Amino acid sequence: MTAILAIAGKEIREATRNRWVLSATLLLALLALALAFLGSAPTGDVAAGRLTVTVVSLASLGIYLLPLIALLLSFDTVVGEAEQGTLLLLLAYPVGRSAVMAGKFLGHASVLAFATVVGFGLAAAVLAAISPPAPEEWLAFALLVAASVGLGWAFIAIGHLISVLVPERASAAGLAGGVWLVLVVLYDMGLMGALVATGGQGWIGDALPALLMLNPADAYRLLNLTVMDQAARMAGLQDVAASVPPAMAAAALALWVAVPLALASVIFSRREL
Amino acid sequence: MNALRGECPMALQTNESGDPAIAVDGLTKAYGLQLALDTLTLSVRPGEMLALLGHNGAGKSTLMKLLLGLTRPTEGRISVLGAPPSPAGRTAVGFLPENVVFSGGMTGKEVLTYLARLKKVDIGTTLPLLERVGLADAAGRPVRTYSKGMRQRLGLAQALLGHPRLLMLDEPTTGLDPISRKTFYELLGELTGRGVTVLISSHVLTELEARADRIAILAQGRLLAHDTMDGLRRTAGLPVRIIAHGVEGAGRGRRVLDVAPEAKMETLRALMDGPLTDIEIQPPTLETIYAHLGAPTGQEDRS
Ligand SMILES: Nc1ncnc2c1ncn2[C@@H]1O[C@H](COP(=O)(O)OP(=O)(O)OP(=O)(O)O)[C@@H](O)[C@H]1O
Ligand SMILES: [Mg+2]
Repeated sequence: MTAILAIAGKEIREATRNRWVLSATLLLALLALALAFLGSAPTGDVAAGRLTVTVVSLASLGIYLLPLIALLLSFDTVVGEAEQGTLLLLLAYPVGRSAVMAGKFLGHASVLAFATVVGFGLAAAVLAAISPPAPEEWLAFALLVAASVGLGWAFIAIGHLISVLVPERASAAGLAGGVWLVLVVLYDMGLMGALVATGGQGWIGDALPALLMLNPADAYRLLNLTVMDQAARMAGLQDVAASVPPAMAAAALALWVAVPLALASVIFSRREL
Repeated sequence: MNALRGECPMALQTNESGDPAIAVDGLTKAYGLQLALDTLTLSVRPGEMLALLGHNGAGKSTLMKLLLGLTRPTEGRISVLGAPPSPAGRTAVGFLPENVVFSGGMTGKEVLTYLARLKKVDIGTTLPLLERVGLADAAGRPVRTYSKGMRQRLGLAQALLGHPRLLMLDEPTTGLDPISRKTFYELLGELTGRGVTVLISSHVLTELEARADRIAILAQGRLLAHDTMDGLRRTAGLPVRIIAHGVEGAGRGRRVLDVAPEAKMETLRALMDGPLTDIEIQPPTLETIYAHLGAPTGQEDRS
């Protein structure tokens, strides 16, 4: 446990030193603030509070940005150390490889949670100072932050898996970019295309909730929609949202953290130096 | 294939005094078709300093990685301090890799504190260690700003964390200036005196011949020789060079004789009868013995 904490502490210190924490936090705060003030939003007949509007726009834009930030933080953690030469010394210490992976995850997960909570929190604080939101709005906001942290963690786990899979840092970068493109952009486009082609009928329409949970970004979207019926109505997806219990979407996201992490740990343990 | 977890004979498992600190038996490591180590059998006694020599690519670093359990043997058994390599076993081992690298942004003190935590060593011992390797003044500077020799010294300091019973040093003196080398070997002498076992690889034969208890020469993954310096001299049977000054009387004249080791004393006695002013005896150096044993270079065809 001491070793895990030591490794986590080192990752946190390094992310702080190279201003990673600062820039990620600022980026997320700016995104949230921009959405809060630009987004009087096409709310139509729904009389939504300003925080709620922000939450809904954040949920739809965070889906692109959070995975990107998480992957950037994590994609080279093992392969980068191997290339740099520090990995040999680290592994010569009395620390198991799964402890190394656990420490790195703990470190990166804390950094990302900090950036998300503080970044989004700053924007919410500014909004609250202008006009105090209703308690339900605060609840929706808290849920969004929690889901966003979960999404970030899932992509950190995926990044760690990438970092043990490839032999070179450059190929890890390429793979991370590809994974982002597929999971965040192409998967949805494909799904949408299939839905339009079939008119939402047939097995694709039936399996839609399951297909959504097979992708961490969509699990996140679904989680947000299931807990915010107002958001679902605005997104026009209340049918799908109603058919999935929030706990299931949350569990899907949790699996997206646990499975890549476990795989990364197993693969790393087998690897020879 | 994987003999790491295989059963060990009793001789390798027990750790009573007198049992080897390191024992490898029939150790083979293949990288694809290439044999980095080829049925190596070797043991190192506690408190002994073993010099590991061999051409580039002979398998020295590979042996250390195997002993640390960082890579798995293709065949053969390994025992380090009485047990097969494992994360827990590394608590009593200090390792200095060749070309040691640290995360450049951290200061020397931060690096050592971090590594001390990994080894569950009292953080208070890091400062004396930094002083010991002459880095106390630079402890607060980022490692990025260190010179090559300073990084090497930090590497040595981390290898000494937690009073290891076994030190594995892979070319530890590269980058060290002459004075630092001397203090480095003094430190090693002190440690072996306290019973620490040292496995050291190097290409600087002159600094090892007087200091190592035993010398192991690897060539293409095979053990070419494993003996004390005296033993190596005996088996090599190389001539001893005797230089006699003043052989012509009145302090003039000089004779250089290369005689077989057995004939050394006889020749000396004969010379002493003459009007000598000085006499030098040069036994074969490790370098000549190394060349004589036919240790190939890394460039040679290895097929
Ligand atoms: N990870 C690896 N993958 C493939 N081959 C390897 C690997 N590590 C070492 N080798 C090969 O094993 C052989 C032994 O390498 P090793 O690093 O042990 O040599 P060495 O004796 O330490 O040489 P040097 O004096 O140059 O440090 C070399 O032929 C090398 O190419
Ligand atoms: Mg080497």
